[in-house]
Amino acid sequence: MSKKVDFVKFDKVDKSYDGKVLVVKDLNLDIEEGEFVTMLGPSGSGKTTCLMMLAGFETPTNGEIYLDNNPISNIPPHKRGIGMVFQNYALFPHMTVFENLAFPLRVRKISKEDIEKKVDKALSMVSLSEFGNRMPGQLSGGQQQRVAVARALVFDPSVVLMDEPLGALDKNLRESMQYEIKHIHESIGVTVVYVTHDQGEALTMSNRIAVFNDGKVQQLSSPDKLYEEPVNSFVAEFIGENNTFVGEISDISNGSCKVKLDKGEIIANPISVKSVGEKTTVSIRPERALINPKDKMDNNQKGKIEEVIYHGDHTRVRLNLLGNSEFILKVPNSSQNLDIKLGNEINIGWNSRDARALDPK
Amino acid sequence: MSSDTQKILSTDGIPLEESLKKAEKKNKIKAFLLVTPLLLFLIITYIIPIADMFSRSIDDKMVTNMLPKTYKAMEQWDGKELPPEEVFEAFYLDYKILVKNKTAGRLQTQLNYEKNGFKSVLKKLARKQKKFEEGNYKEQIMKVHKRWRNVDYWRAIKRRAPAYTYSKYLKGVDMYSNEEGKIVQVSEDRRIHRILWSRTLEVAFFVTLFCFLMAYPIAHLLATLPMKYSNLLMICVLLPFWTSLLVRTASWMILLQQQGLVNDFFVWIGLVGDDNRPEMMYNKTGTYVAMTQILLPFMVLPLYSVMKTISPSLMRAGKSLGATPGVAFFKIYFPLTIPGIGAGCLLVFILAIGYYITPALVGGASGTLISNQIAYHMKSTLDWSFASAMGLMLLTGVLVIYWIYNKLVGVDNIKLG
Repeated sequence: MSKKVDFVKFDKVDKSYDGKVLVVKDLNLDIEEGEFVTMLGPSGSGKTTCLMMLAGFETPTNGEIYLDNNPISNIPPHKRGIGMVFQNYALFPHMTVFENLAFPLRVRKISKEDIEKKVDKALSMVSLSEFGNRMPGQLSGGQQQRVAVARALVFDPSVVLMDEPLGALDKNLRESMQYEIKHIHESIGVTVVYVTHDQGEALTMSNRIAVFNDGKVQQLSSPDKLYEEPVNSFVAEFIGENNTFVGEISDISNGSCKVKLDKGEIIANPISVKSVGEKTTVSIRPERALINPKDKMDNNQKGKIEEVIYHGDHTRVRLNLLGNSEFILKVPNSSQNLDIKLGNEINIGWNSRDARALDPK
Repeated sequence: MSSDTQKILSTDGIPLEESLKKAEKKNKIKAFLLVTPLLLFLIITYIIPIADMFSRSIDDKMVTNMLPKTYKAMEQWDGKELPPEEVFEAFYLDYKILVKNKTAGRLQTQLNYEKNGFKSVLKKLARKQKKFEEGNYKEQIMKVHKRWRNVDYWRAIKRRAPAYTYSKYLKGVDMYSNEEGKIVQVSEDRRIHRILWSRTLEVAFFVTLFCFLMAYPIAHLLATLPMKYSNLLMICVLLPFWTSLLVRTASWMILLQQQGLVNDFFVWIGLVGDDNRPEMMYNKTGTYVAMTQILLPFMVLPLYSVMKTISPSLMRAGKSLGATPGVAFFKIYFPLTIPGIGAGCLLVFILAIGYYITPALVGGASGTLISNQIAYHMKSTLDWSFASAMGLMLLTGVLVIYWIYNKLVGVDNIKLG
């Protein structure tokens, strides 16, 4: 059976809580069967609302959501068969781990033997086989999270929703859990819709990422595309680090353009600008700008070092470049002894195709 | 504790535990001083009165002290046949002093409790004993009234010999120890206390139940509504607390009486005929209605404080896992509120079981409770020892309920907020 491209489909969905402000505006989103899609965005961008509409705890004000081609707006949450992992785990504190996992199976009136088999399988999947008789309160945060994941998967739902599930964990645990969830997803092939505001998390785990802002999906693409080729300045700013120049197009031809800044001029890659005179924000990733480049690059500028911060594996250098005193460089920590000292003037170069001229902010 | 920890020394070479104790001594003294006023207050207003109540309830020294010689002489008497001459003499001498001191009336009353008809016998003796001659008192006393020849009357005196008695407790459950010293029930038409006890338990139980049924939805609403509405609702719940108990009870009297507002309304909507107004007061209905309203906040608050801590995501999780709203409620939400239910029910039940003013005002004859009976004996019959005995029985009952509750639910699971 081939995978459905629009297994989950948001079709022109609007959502408003108070009848005045739209929290979600004209959302169209197709999620493929077995895909891991992350909804990423700042708080208040509408991503959690979308998840809640999919889970059935909120109803769309307008539009329709389809699950496997069936409209689901009128189906109550308990009949949707969608697993969900909550931010604060939402484990039932009065039940043991086993009973927590057995809960979705018991309400489905599955036989006792099958319940035991399925729960054991789910527990071993999250490597908690020994913990069936513990109460949730006796588990660490990471273990509780794993139980929550196992509980959302134990009844074989077609879709699993995760609402910032790792938000309460410390950094190390969060990273190992990211891999664990990713591996579980790969091994059982369930469709996952994941909500987070942590871009690192989104980039490591997802097949595709939907960047939310202001109730709209700004960009929906794979992690690498999202990082390398942001389609607008919000995405460029939100994902990863970013150096920006604000200016005006002075020339546009042959797939490149000239941008006139307050001080000087740079060559850039026109993404969302079309004509001379347009205002634009040019975005350059810190790692794409090099110090004293050996290869020939079509942008070469001189900048003064204003700050040097040692990060171990790399050094962050803040420059004043073309009037932008917030220009960041990431210099890898190599044996190559570069002349990075406070107050020094250095040559910086980058390729024009890495300088993306996007919409003005 | 392992032996290793005991060996740890502080930098000065003093054992660590000792230096910790030393360091915390000041704090402990401070803490103790802070609770001292409350401790003293509790001892003076709670422990001492209860101890006093107890000693009063078993105290039976009055008769013992009035007839010291008689009881000394009676020590040798086995109670099977009429006592010997010494007892008669001793009784004559004791009674003579009482009559002289004009305290014979109390003895008459007390002995009449033991044996009906004793009062008149003693009164006659008081009149005749002035002309008694010395010697052979047995003959002289028996001549005064033929009942002195009945050994039952002497046994009645002997029964009051001990300085302590549990007869008041027996009386509290409609029992007494009869002439042969056996514990038996009082005749059926006089068993009022047992009716009162069972009615008290019944009223307390149903008031608790009604409070629970009404408070649960309110508490749930309070815990889930947005702040600005829940504050308003909270004020409504707490409003009765700010009104005097008497005022609230009186307002129920206005509402519930036969010509009251509720009855007027029923007549107006045609539910009942004007000549057929139901009695909603001076019976159990009135007690139920008024007590439920007054005790409702004591149920709402513990429930609310527990429900407030239950994350709404738990119910959502339940639903997303496939439970219908009803199943999710009974399997997830309800079990988590049990600590609050326990606290609320215990609180309301214990308060209801000792409730006094409201049943006294709206209860009438069929709606009064054991506490009203206690008050009656305190104020009207002045039988304080009986009132004390019943008060202690009530207290014991509450402690037993608390103990049972602790066994069933566990007091650690109670959450008052």
